[in-house]
Amino acid sequence: MRNALGSVDTVLLLGGRSEIGLAIVERLVRDGVRRVVLAARDAAGGVPPVIGAAEVHLLDFDAARPETHGEVIEAAVKLVGDLDVVIPAFGVLGSQAAYDADPVAAAGAVAVNYGGHVSVGLHAARRLREQGHGTLVVLSSVAGIRVRRANFVYGSAKAGLDGFAQGLGDALHGSGAHVMVVRPGFVIGRMTEGMSPAPLSSTPGQVADAVIDGLRSGAEIVWVPGLLRAMFAVMRVLPRAVWRRMPR
Amino acid sequence: MTSFLTGWGRTAPTPARLARPGSAEQVAELLRRAPERGVAARGLGRSYGDAAQNAGGLVVDCTGLTSWSLDETTGLVTAAAGVSLHDLMAALVPRGWFVPVTPGTRHVTVGGAVAADVHGKNHHVDSSFGAHLRSLTLVTADGESRTLTPGDELFWATVGGMGLTGIITEAVFRCVPIETSRIRVDVERTRDLDHTLETMTATDDRYRYTVAWIDLLARGGRMGRSVLTRGDHAAREDLPRGADPLAFSPRSLLAAPRWAPDGLLNPVTVRAFNEAWYLKSRPGSLVQGLAPFFHPLDFVDGWNRVYGPRGFVQYQFVVPFGQEATLRRIVSRLSAEGVVSFLTVLKRFGPGTPGMLSFPLPGWTLALDIPAGQRGLAGLLRAFDERVAEAGGRVYLAKDSRMSAETMAAMYPRLAEWRKVRDGADPGGVFRTDLARRLRL
Repeated sequence: MRNALGSVDTVLLLGGRSEIGLAIVERLVRDGVRRVVLAARDAAGGVPPVIGAAEVHLLDFDAARPETHGEVIEAAVKLVGDLDVVIPAFGVLGSQAAYDADPVAAAGAVAVNYGGHVSVGLHAARRLREQGHGTLVVLSSVAGIRVRRANFVYGSAKAGLDGFAQGLGDALHGSGAHVMVVRPGFVIGRMTEGMSPAPLSSTPGQVADAVIDGLRSGAEIVWVPGLLRAMFAVMRVLPRAVWRRMPR
Repeated sequence: MTSFLTGWGRTAPTPARLARPGSAEQVAELLRRAPERGVAARGLGRSYGDAAQNAGGLVVDCTGLTSWSLDETTGLVTAAAGVSLHDLMAALVPRGWFVPVTPGTRHVTVGGAVAADVHGKNHHVDSSFGAHLRSLTLVTADGESRTLTPGDELFWATVGGMGLTGIITEAVFRCVPIETSRIRVDVERTRDLDHTLETMTATDDRYRYTVAWIDLLARGGRMGRSVLTRGDHAAREDLPRGADPLAFSPRSLLAAPRWAPDGLLNPVTVRAFNEAWYLKSRPGSLVQGLAPFFHPLDFVDGWNRVYGPRGFVQYQFVVPFGQEATLRRIVSRLSAEGVVSFLTVLKRFGPGTPGMLSFPLPGWTLALDIPAGQRGLAGLLRAFDERVAEAGGRVYLAKDSRMSAETMAAMYPRLAEWRKVRDGADPGGVFRTDLARRLRL
């Protein structure tokens, strides 16, 4: 349960090796979370340790197999009770050139980045609605706010996810459960290794800090860094001919 | 009907379906059809935290259970759980009786008073509410109505059990005879914390009712300066001739505004208030009505709104006698941090009841209100929790809204015993509250 000062007790991280996800969990534990469930592919094969939690549980989870997602949420509830914060943090980036060459791989990536989140999100939302409290943290991206030529497969999946998350948040309105949409820009980390950072990039730790602030204040949408919100207000209305020429 | 509920501190609202039964049979009927997310009992919502909330489940509003009777020869009152102490007093006082224990507000129900095993200014002499109970009627998870007496384990799991053993529908307790509706009060001011503790230790036993109000914002040599008010029921000869000795018609004089901004209570306003209060409380004796003596805050309807939309946290702990060092450290830390608390109250407790989760134990109890938005509050209170637990003390569940399950277990050594009795009465876990989930009871 969320207490009077905004601290929570349990967290479920789906994509248990995600840098951003683990950075959020680490901060939640520092803030008072005692029970952590990490769901990851081949969970037994090793997940980074979470320091300071009273209980850390591991569950096998495959984002590409939506038929198993309901069981994973149920198993997490069996382990720790009510889920205070649920963070689906799985995803694949991939290069646009590779997707252009391999449409099957592109469809697979979209199935994870969008389809996997839809399935996990709906299962989690059902549980949060029943329990009358809890927050689903959806890791969207500015890549989905206006999709660019340079990564439109990834961007379009994020666009879908962002719209899904907003709709789900509205559907849960009045139930006691919340959805928080997080829109980072370029995040410097394992996922973007070898790529040169875009302007207004951030680190997983900075994204996690923003998520913690947002959870505390009950924010519905969080931009990381905050300046991206103003920037994308402009980007969204740029003429197509200009947008098309954006370098990356 | 689904409603979002909070405690008196107005923090952490959660939705629940509300039902308001009019009889014990209707309570039993509701329990037979208990939903998956369980059932919680609620009275007038004066617990500060999440004790009477049940996210996603059913909350049984007991304020529809209002019948009661007084045996004028013995002073025994038989009251349904939803009767408020306010209503009882309004009827009992003119007939020459007073409730055995009253907390700082009259607006609590009998059921809530039992479930929290409430205490008042007479704890050092009369213990808590549970000590005055003859019997209880509890509707358990199976829908059966059971009458319990102090010889039953389940009785002492229910007294102070925060409503988690069943729904209390009736209580029988003994009231005290009074000659007048006034209190003869002695007021004294103390210089600092040591002086406060000394004076209370030396003089408490001379009075039935005692309490100290501490100015937490006073620093340095004045840290812990207090206003002590001690009193006894006034005798007829204490009143001016011609006064109606048992007149009692308490009501609230004003209502707090529907909305107050965050930060209305800040170091500046509270310091000014504390200073005024300290200076206004002139040492001496006076005769006061029951309501201003016991329930000064009841004069302002909805005073909890003054803390603004983010609400507030009440922190009340007790440490055993001999652990004054812990009390001193906490008071000096609060004073050093400039924690904005007005009406911080210090009280000496006498012996507790056998209630397994009852709060009071012989020692010092300090209660303070803090705006929930105060920076660094979570860490500060966590540090206090540890100190209190180490000293063999505990935090009051009826006021708690933020403790962790682990600290709570360290503070309540009889938790395992209580769980065993509770599991016997409620094997399926029908009774659930947000507090029980948070503290993993």
